[in-house]
Amino acid sequence: MLEVAKLSKRFGGLVATNNVSFTVQPGSISALIGPNGAGKTTIFAQISGFHRPDEGDIRFEGISLVGLTPERICVLGIARTFQIVQPFAGLTVRENIAVGAHLHRAGRKAALDHAEAVAQRVGLGPQLDKPAAALTVAGRKRLELAKALATDPKLLLLDEVMAGLNPAEIDEIIPIIRGIRQSGVTILLIEHVMRAVMNLSEHAWVLNNGGLIASGTPSQIAADPQVIEAYLGHGAAERMKAAKTEAQHA
Amino acid sequence: MRTPTLRTGWAILVFALVLLPLPLLIKSEFWLTWVTLALFYAYLGQAWNLLGGYGGQFSFGHALFFGTGAYCTAVLQIHFGINAWAGFVLAAVAAGIVGAATGWLVFRYGLRGSYFALVTLAFAEVFRILANTFAFTGAGVGLLVPLQPGAWQMQFESKAGFFWLLLILVVACLLFTWWLQNARFGARLMAVRENEDAARALGVDPFNTKLLAIIASGAIAGSAGAVYVQLFLYIDPGIAYGPSMSVEALLVPIIGGLGTVFGPVLGAFALHTIAEIGRLVFGEAPGLNLVLYGVLLVLMVLFLPNGLFGLGRFGFGLRRRLQRKGGANA
Repeated sequence: MLEVAKLSKRFGGLVATNNVSFTVQPGSISALIGPNGAGKTTIFAQISGFHRPDEGDIRFEGISLVGLTPERICVLGIARTFQIVQPFAGLTVRENIAVGAHLHRAGRKAALDHAEAVAQRVGLGPQLDKPAAALTVAGRKRLELAKALATDPKLLLLDEVMAGLNPAEIDEIIPIIRGIRQSGVTILLIEHVMRAVMNLSEHAWVLNNGGLIASGTPSQIAADPQVIEAYLGHGAAERMKAAKTEAQHA
Repeated sequence: MRTPTLRTGWAILVFALVLLPLPLLIKSEFWLTWVTLALFYAYLGQAWNLLGGYGGQFSFGHALFFGTGAYCTAVLQIHFGINAWAGFVLAAVAAGIVGAATGWLVFRYGLRGSYFALVTLAFAEVFRILANTFAFTGAGVGLLVPLQPGAWQMQFESKAGFFWLLLILVVACLLFTWWLQNARFGARLMAVRENEDAARALGVDPFNTKLLAIIASGAIAGSAGAVYVQLFLYIDPGIAYGPSMSVEALLVPIIGGLGTVFGPVLGAFALHTIAEIGRLVFGEAPGLNLVLYGVLLVLMVLFLPNGLFGLGRFGFGLRRRLQRKGGANA
């Protein structure tokens, strides 16, 4: 469904994305993980048209997305959320979601009705007429999700929709995301909350310093020594193994 | 959602019905002129509100459109003998084209905020200098429109004619803004105002959206210029493209309430009441009204960023809170 091929992006001397390739299967939930500054959000920005890649290609259902504007890419069926939430602060929750709903609905009533339905789906029903600025962090994360979902996307890019939420709130949002997939939307997520990644995704790619270092099911990845080193520092995998053997001997 | 929308519709109807018989009731020429001018500034403010209030693009040079409309009708009438009503339509078209050209240049290169404001100010100044230079615009002397009394030439015998014409235009604009608030275009325009990147991520093309808004805003301001010329029968570069018209255009909606249907109307009447009081108290000192406007603008931004309309909402919220408190005590 989405093919990323040999993608590279540099900001001055910094290589933010280094020869990254992966393919997202239709109907799946997959995750892009990696330590802070690994280049995950930069990849999202390139897929959604906010940054133009220096090299490589991104194809969505066979169409190259390189050089298209964000609005055009959204029309093609890719919606994204922002890691730093971007609500339309002066508008109500209903009006916020309706902006997304208007993408395929010209009529105001149709858009507002759809906005309401989407809000119910992500658990924002009681907050529909509140100004977006009055929402809590968890509410704003849901609003990001609702706005993107209201555009009826085929592929949904979720950038850390669980960051800053408490465990109870995370437990609430996981079934919502699973429900979205069941309605036929393919999901690619960036996530730091490992519990959510293990729980939701069928496939994950690990990014470090702009390049892919591992790919596989979440449990395969959790055992990958390279991944452990990326997160915990050089030699961490060796030390952990040694510690485990020692514990067994004792 | 549906209730406040309908309430706005009723408010427009009541506004139109209350103002309609005013010329028959007001016997004083002074007060009729005063109300007519307030309506004129309301109309100009409505034009600005479309782009500034709903689109979040603060223009400091709406005189650019006003002046273009004014000169367009005057030049067509004087040099080509074209009827003033036709001139009115052509003025809107010309100002719309100037809006399109300005918008295309400015939005193409992504200028926002203060950069947008400065560019519009600069464009208005360039047009002022051009109007000062060319012979067909009367250069520095300006243009005197020949007196041809009669509704057919948009030069009504009494002020009442202008009053009714402006009332129709203002009500038409009220209806247009009301529609805008309940239309896809309006939703997209407000989304761009609130957060351009977030809007793009939802498939909104900010360039097209802002371009349409500046064309509509320019066309309305241009048609205001056409009415002005027939009302005063005179235009010169200072009036047409000078900063005072730009300041009026932006002050009216800011005082009344940005991005609201009735904001510009409320603002125009409030501003002209204050200006009149200022004139009574301080006399006709030149430039004093601009000082007054400056003070007013600072006070509004500090204490009432949502304009007089925000005051109403604030009062309403307070009353509701008091009622709730009263209910809890009982």
